[in-house]
Amino acid sequence: MTYLAKPKLHHPSLAKNRVGYTRRDYEGKVSTLCAGCGHDSVSSAIVQACWQLDIEPHRVAKLSGIGCSSKTPDYFLGASHGFNTVHGRMPSVLTGANLANRGLLYLGISGDGDSASIGLGQFAHAMRRGVRMVYIVENNGVYGLTKGQFSATADRGSVAKKGAVNHDAAIDLVSLALQLGATYVARGFSGDKAQLVPLIEGAIRHGGAAFIDVISPCVAFNNHAGSTRSYDYVREHNEAVSRIDFIDLAPEQTVGADEDLVCVPQHDGSTMRLRRVKPDYDATDRIAAMNQVQALHAAGEIATGLLYVDPEARDLHLGLNTVAWPLNTLGEAELCPGGEVLEKINAGLR
Amino acid sequence: MQRSDTQDPAYFHKVVDCQWACPAHTPVPEYIRLIGQGRYDDAYMVNWVSNVFPGVLGRTCDRPCEPACRRGRVEDKNVGEKKPEAVAICRLKRVAADHKSQELRALLPKPLPRNGKKVACVGAGPASLTVARDLATQGYAVTVFDGETKPGGFIRSQIPRFRLPESVIDEECGYILGLGVELRAGRRIESMRALLAEGYDAVFVGCGAPRGRDLQLPGRQEAGERIRIGIDWLASVSFGHVTSVQPRVIVLGGGNTAMDCCRSARRLGASSVTVAVRSGYAQMKASPWEKEDAEHEGIPILDFHVPLAFEHEGGKLTGMRFKKAQTGEEVSIPCDEVLIAVGQENAFPWIERDAGIAFNEHGLPLLDAQSFQSSLPQVFFGGDAAFGPKNIITAVAHGHEAAVSIDRYLHAEPVTKRPPPHVNLLSQKMGIHEWSYDNGITNELRHKVPWAAAEKALASIRVEVELGFDAATAFKEAQRCLNCDVQTVFTDKLCIECDACVDICPMDSISFVENGAEADLRQRLKAPALNLAQDLYVSGTLKTARVMVKDEDVCLHCGLCAERCPTGAWDMQKFLLLTTKAGPACRDTPARAPLAERKVTA
Repeated sequence: MTYLAKPKLHHPSLAKNRVGYTRRDYEGKVSTLCAGCGHDSVSSAIVQACWQLDIEPHRVAKLSGIGCSSKTPDYFLGASHGFNTVHGRMPSVLTGANLANRGLLYLGISGDGDSASIGLGQFAHAMRRGVRMVYIVENNGVYGLTKGQFSATADRGSVAKKGAVNHDAAIDLVSLALQLGATYVARGFSGDKAQLVPLIEGAIRHGGAAFIDVISPCVAFNNHAGSTRSYDYVREHNEAVSRIDFIDLAPEQTVGADEDLVCVPQHDGSTMRLRRVKPDYDATDRIAAMNQVQALHAAGEIATGLLYVDPEARDLHLGLNTVAWPLNTLGEAELCPGGEVLEKINAGLR
Repeated sequence: MQRSDTQDPAYFHKVVDCQWACPAHTPVPEYIRLIGQGRYDDAYMVNWVSNVFPGVLGRTCDRPCEPACRRGRVEDKNVGEKKPEAVAICRLKRVAADHKSQELRALLPKPLPRNGKKVACVGAGPASLTVARDLATQGYAVTVFDGETKPGGFIRSQIPRFRLPESVIDEECGYILGLGVELRAGRRIESMRALLAEGYDAVFVGCGAPRGRDLQLPGRQEAGERIRIGIDWLASVSFGHVTSVQPRVIVLGGGNTAMDCCRSARRLGASSVTVAVRSGYAQMKASPWEKEDAEHEGIPILDFHVPLAFEHEGGKLTGMRFKKAQTGEEVSIPCDEVLIAVGQENAFPWIERDAGIAFNEHGLPLLDAQSFQSSLPQVFFGGDAAFGPKNIITAVAHGHEAAVSIDRYLHAEPVTKRPPPHVNLLSQKMGIHEWSYDNGITNELRHKVPWAAAEKALASIRVEVELGFDAATAFKEAQRCLNCDVQTVFTDKLCIECDACVDICPMDSISFVENGAEADLRQRLKAPALNLAQDLYVSGTLKTARVMVKDEDVCLHCGLCAERCPTGAWDMQKFLLLTTKAGPACRDTPARAPLAERKVTA
């Protein structure tokens, strides 16, 4: 926890993006999390991604539940909309907000406790409905706020700080998201921003439910030998399946011929470039992705990178055939189109 | 890149830009912090140890520290649209001198008992007085000779009273003479041979560069009565021999002496004063603030004006002819008096050329650049007399070094060997989130020093123009200091590479990257490190095979990296460097002084 206010002074060469903001304009309050918490790095990656994509902060709505991770929206994008819901209920509140105003960019920030325990049902339905959002789980395998009990994502056999061994099987949110129909599924590591920032950028520009599981070590309770969510363990067992660059509505850049490159055009005209790190990995094949994630998991490795993407994502609004504008912009003329229209509808139902 | 060698005293010293730039290496952030705490006596003593004349220098220093100040690099439109400005270091020094208490005298060191060695200093200017101060405290019998009746040298004779009141000179020279230094005022040394014959164990020559350069142009001889050498004229003004000037004055030259001349002439009643300088305005040697002060007083500075001739009618000066360097056009400017301030040169007519002291073709003594020893082993030079005209703080720095040389020489130790400085690095951590220094950075812009009312200031040569900061403004200005002496010290084996320091750093100074050659590394950092004058702080190789690289250029020393670090890999440690002064510490075999005498330090 930092008591000192972050100085407003900044590097003289700090650049402005196309909408006129510096990266510092995307920051929030000074974090009150433990010094060294991985969640702060995730906040920093979100700041970086939003700045690079020229997103106006007031076009963002950030929602969260309860827990260390759910505190973090206060620490980035101070000039955006925010809502701390109750424990595990972020996805349903976000779904409602999204249905009412599809013009905003929805950022759901959750933790492993918030999403894999109390909120597991909510998580599942947001994914299967295809709510257009960036759903980030800051996953440390531990209940940090209550001093270090195993969470539902802790690996079987991992050891708590006080020595207890976890006997329960872990919930793998990535595998669940793949199975439930999320159209953008990725896993990152808070200690590797070079990988994490483009993953977030891709998710922001994705047209449907985008899920990122970020392994974010808890320095206070889960960063010891025996933990499978510590900085050291993740670095040693990280298997990146892909390396991505995100080019937002910019001309494509060519890379060396030896790179095995897949370009995935996004719905808004931007391009996702995937470079295979694993030669046999196909990130557009859901079944293959599920197999690969499970195979690596069985081998004790953690698959990271962009695991699956469907460029033809359909979102909830498309399924419900809703109007193209936010509900609060609808005037009387749209809401009460008159007797003739009513007659037509009634006639159609006869 | 190789990992940075932080064991080298110069590494962290260089990060303290102001102290590094100061010839006397005054611990600037240390005394600014003390001023912020209202501890003016302590702040004064920190200065007194290093630069000997805090009150004088607080008004007149050439301020090499301020252009170096890091504050002037981090503000750039960060806190306003004005251009970034350094901390008012020099003016804060004056605050310590103005606000110190009567108890200060009790803090001054008591000299050690006499050690039986006699040292003569020629000239009572800043270099000699520094030597006298450093050696007198160590038990040397020091005699200072000066042709004038009062000590101070050029501080007294050349700097106009409206910039430096005489009381300040008296007081600070008095502190030195109070240490048992004997001043033989009014005795000009006419012969080095005779002086050497008087049996001094060592002689220090700090007689300055007392000859102002003349300008031999047509008309110089005929109109000579109204043409004066600037520094001589300033001395005459200081001593009250000159109390008036002609109505129209031209000052030739673009240095600080020229600025003092024009402002003095204005105060002595000249109706029009013009400065003409050969070079462009930007290339003038005068400090920017001195140029500003002159212009502030309504004195035009004509640049690119090459003097061609003094115009006169029957020996009475009527004007000056110039050629404009850029166009070749000739112009005449009418005037009744000309002050020539185009430079100074050393003159040693009193040193016999067969006295054993070798001189170079410019008439300067041949010296060892570090020890200031001449070819006659017991004779040392310093200040303007050594390498030509510089400034007061350089003279003081020379004095300290020469005193070390003399001390070593008289203890039969080689003078070319220089003892290393005393260096201290001390953690400032006091609790989990408490630091012993105030690291909240203020966004305030540089505060202006109040001036006396123009009509009052310009009416008299003796009314001090600048009034100095009051305590409240001094506090606010002190809070602008970035505490560059509180170093960010990184211990690589404690780092877990969690990125917390990178994320929180307000200046994007910290990066964890793959190592490489310096030029390549400078481009690959979180913010490109383009200021080559500032070091990259490179750690040893970390677990991920990367290195931590910190660009020292614009670090605020706010301590957020250390506060965020979960493992204590970052720490904020105060760096204190004290240059080795004359005394036991500067010797290879320090004599063990009896207990009762050990409390003396200077």
